[in-house]
Amino acid sequence: METKPSPQTKPLAHHFDSYEQQESAGTLGMWLFLCTEILMFGGLFVGYVLYHSLYPEIFKAGATFLEWKKGGINTVVLLISSFTMALSIYYAQKNKMKACRMSLILTLFCGLLFMLIKYMEYSHKMHVGIFPGKFFAYTGEGNVEGLALYFSFYYLMTGLHASHVLAGMGLIGWALFRAFQNKIGPNNYKPLEYVGLFWHLVDLIWIYLFPLLYLVE
Amino acid sequence: MAENKNYLNWQKGISSWLLTLDHKRIGILYMITIFSFFLIGGIFALLMRLELFSAGEDFIKTDFYNQAMTYHGAIMVFMVIIPGIPAFLGNFFLPLQIGAKDVAFPRVNLLSWYCLVTGALIACFSLVLNGVDTGWTFYTPYSIRTSTSVIPVVLGAFIMGFSSILTGLNFIVTIHKLRAPGMTFFRMPLFVWSLYSTAIIQILATPVLAITLLLLIAERVLGVGIFDPNLGGDPILFQHFFWFYSHPAVYIMILPAMGIISELIVAFSRQNIFGYKSIVMASIGIAAVSFFVWGHHLFVSGQSEWAGIIFSGLTMLVGVPTAVKVFNWTATLYKGSLKFDTPLLYAMGFLFLFLIGGVTGIILATIAADVHLHDTYFVVAHFHYVMVGGTLMAIMGGFYYWLPKMFGRMYNELWGRVSFALIFIGFNVTFFPQFILGAEGMPRRYADYPLPYEPLNQLSTLGSWFIGGGFVVALIAIVWAIFKGPKAPANPWGAKTLEWETTSPPPHENFSETPQVTTGPYHYGN
Amino acid sequence: MIPLLFFSLKGYAQTSTEKLPPVTDYAEKLDTLYHFLVGISVVSCILVIVAFAYFSIRYRRKSEKEQGSAKVSHNTLLEFIWSFIPLVIFAVAFVWGWILYYDFKRPPENSLEIHVYGQMWNWTFVYKNGKKTTNEFYVPSHKPVKLIMTSKDVLHSFFIPTFRIKQDVVPGIYTSLWFKANRKGKFQVFCTEFCGTGHANMLARMHVVSLKEWEDWLAHDPYKGLSLAEIGKKAFQGRCTVCHTTTKEKRIGPGLSGLMGAKREFTNGKSLMVDENYLRESILNPSEKIVVGFPNQMTPFAGTLSEEELSGLIEYIKTLK
Repeated sequence: METKPSPQTKPLAHHFDSYEQQESAGTLGMWLFLCTEILMFGGLFVGYVLYHSLYPEIFKAGATFLEWKKGGINTVVLLISSFTMALSIYYAQKNKMKACRMSLILTLFCGLLFMLIKYMEYSHKMHVGIFPGKFFAYTGEGNVEGLALYFSFYYLMTGLHASHVLAGMGLIGWALFRAFQNKIGPNNYKPLEYVGLFWHLVDLIWIYLFPLLYLVE
Repeated sequence: MAENKNYLNWQKGISSWLLTLDHKRIGILYMITIFSFFLIGGIFALLMRLELFSAGEDFIKTDFYNQAMTYHGAIMVFMVIIPGIPAFLGNFFLPLQIGAKDVAFPRVNLLSWYCLVTGALIACFSLVLNGVDTGWTFYTPYSIRTSTSVIPVVLGAFIMGFSSILTGLNFIVTIHKLRAPGMTFFRMPLFVWSLYSTAIIQILATPVLAITLLLLIAERVLGVGIFDPNLGGDPILFQHFFWFYSHPAVYIMILPAMGIISELIVAFSRQNIFGYKSIVMASIGIAAVSFFVWGHHLFVSGQSEWAGIIFSGLTMLVGVPTAVKVFNWTATLYKGSLKFDTPLLYAMGFLFLFLIGGVTGIILATIAADVHLHDTYFVVAHFHYVMVGGTLMAIMGGFYYWLPKMFGRMYNELWGRVSFALIFIGFNVTFFPQFILGAEGMPRRYADYPLPYEPLNQLSTLGSWFIGGGFVVALIAIVWAIFKGPKAPANPWGAKTLEWETTSPPPHENFSETPQVTTGPYHYGN
Repeated sequence: MIPLLFFSLKGYAQTSTEKLPPVTDYAEKLDTLYHFLVGISVVSCILVIVAFAYFSIRYRRKSEKEQGSAKVSHNTLLEFIWSFIPLVIFAVAFVWGWILYYDFKRPPENSLEIHVYGQMWNWTFVYKNGKKTTNEFYVPSHKPVKLIMTSKDVLHSFFIPTFRIKQDVVPGIYTSLWFKANRKGKFQVFCTEFCGTGHANMLARMHVVSLKEWEDWLAHDPYKGLSLAEIGKKAFQGRCTVCHTTTKEKRIGPGLSGLMGAKREFTNGKSLMVDENYLRESILNPSEKIVVGFPNQMTPFAGTLSEEELSGLIEYIKTLK
């Protein structure tokens, strides 16, 4: 295992006895953190389910305003980005740092694409007066009583998710920076793995949001 | 003097404190923060009691009273009692008690202190704006309508929530991954177990508070309507969300206090705890059931009849493990060797007050009785008996107990006892009459009240001055001890847990060599 | 300390019923439950406290070297017993509470119904024949009464301590309370859900009278033979006094003396001279124009005031010089 020393450093914090201990602590911590994220989104999902059961017609009407094609493209984009994210970890483990960096750049690009499409969707809606809550000003075709409530959920859920996409992109950018500095490699790929876990969670949440908001009957 | 190198003096300067990654120094930072906010929250409480001394609007304006009521609640809950034990004493002693050099993520630990301070400062910033008058529960739709500065306080509580989550996360990982060789789960001190069950609640419940508070901010800024009946929303949903966090949060406050009490009673009776495993199971059991009882805050809110009945039944179930703990502590005193130093006095104070808090909790859990008592002073008295009589007594007791370890100095026993007596008597004089006021129907959060309630209110206000005086004495005694107290030995109490095996104060890495554990935590001679 | 506490516990069990004698069957049943709960609490507290006290004295440390001498570290049977006994007591309390709550939730079919509106900071009562009252209401004795309640703004809670009943009043939905008073008298009503500045003043008074008296009262038009300004004065009492004075003194809202014809400046930068239309709008839809220096806090009175009362209020305000 130690036959081929690699240039990457792997720091061991003073309070750990071994790398194994340090790494398993990090992994456990990351999973616990993901639990809290799921619970936080869980609150919104509970609210969604409750209001959906109270006002199914509003949610049905609301979904017709969303462009499922754009949502679908975004789903594919995020799925691809999850794949490239996983690839980057694989390459880091195999010490193929160039491919690792390339995959990270691709992941970052996918995140950017997602945000771009999201921006197009948002700006289109706001253009016709579909704002959240009390700013809701749409009066055109297909408007139903209480539609503002649907869009409150739409903006809150996708907005909170988009903020997580941005945070994830920040983390990937940081990982990329570390990769360029040669601080990530086969002996030190754990930070990359944590970023990857977070990114997969962001992807997973979108996979729930997409049918709930875009395809709801 | 090489042998005197310890965590307090191994680095110097302000930045060595503000950027420290040492769990003990972070614990001290929390101590300073928490006691500062305790002072502020206490001043608000004294102002409220002063206004309530007589019927009528006579000392402070009603609007200011409502704000004082809100700040007292919010500060005491979010900045004092929730972080009080885990983040201060837990941070300091959790790694020591399991023989670790630090918590698993020292940077996250420091970050969580900064979250608390940032959140607290943002919340307090509202004081220079319009203040806030919603009560610490931020019930909608009042919190949407009021013209006061709700957003900074809610945002502050949101950020402080991260502090709590990160501390809990750190503790779980630390307990799982950093125990010293031989320290099996069932050899861990009970304080560690209580922090473990607390951390589970912090991780599982606090995110729900976070989203609730975000929704409340969205409600005020964007008018999203989820909690606003005018827009089709349901204001009671807010209460469900809020108490889904805030009821388990009550156990974030009390479980670690129970842990401290176990430690104190063992150390000052010098024998093994009675029923170690049942206390552990009771902690975990309380944590588990705590997630299913939030609806007992909503018995008269308009939730469905069946919901109320189910929540009443589930709430009764919390009573059982709680009663078990009280009985176990009592049994531990049996044939002990009891020394009534200040920490044990606080522990006995805890038992006494917590007992009353507990039985009145059962009265409130009885659904028909709660219909009468809900939102009256009976509830106020009940939760003060649990939170102050429980948690605060434990913080004080634990503080006196561990002060020699933290600062290497002893406190003055006489002044410790005097302050205890003032606080204990003052507490009962303040809050016991409130049970009677509540049973007689006096509603809570009233800046003014009808004349017949006056005599008991005067008694209550009188008691509050004793509490205030008691804490002033305690503050002076503690500050004196920290700076001028006589040098403390490594183990002044003859206690058995690991933290007493290292020097007082401990060195930067806690133990000169990693301890090897071969027995349970309380291996006294018998 | 212990005897002191014992007596205060005893005192507390008694005072609650002495100061608030039960007036309904429900309240009497609830008091029995309450005394059971307090009694069993006192007994169990005393048992545990006696144990503390005895152990504290008996097992004081005699010498510095002494250690505890209990040989057992647990006892499964004992621990089972002391878990089981509380469980039984809690189960009894739970079921007992449930039985009463079941009654509390079920108004009899033949109940007399009164609509109640809570708003910041007064209570309006509307009877079947259209009669409206504010902060005072009348019910007949020996007849079940059901209050159908809702709020016009924020959460309130309707609490009649003497009857041991309480229910939150929620905007957007109806909640209800019922009772059957066994004797005549005047009873205090509190708002027990925090609702802002006037929370502690959001009081109402319930009058329980005989059926005959009640019917007479219901048929009586309180405004009969009064001038418009006198009607306004009556409507003003209680309803408006939490926030407005009849002098120039500012409370939560402005004092009303000399208001007519005065110049008002609004937060939107506009201003006007007070006239009847402005007063009407400010009562029915107060958020429309907010005077500089005041919070946007008043709840609209549209729907709770009759046309006659509205004109009366405007005429009354005009008389306040």
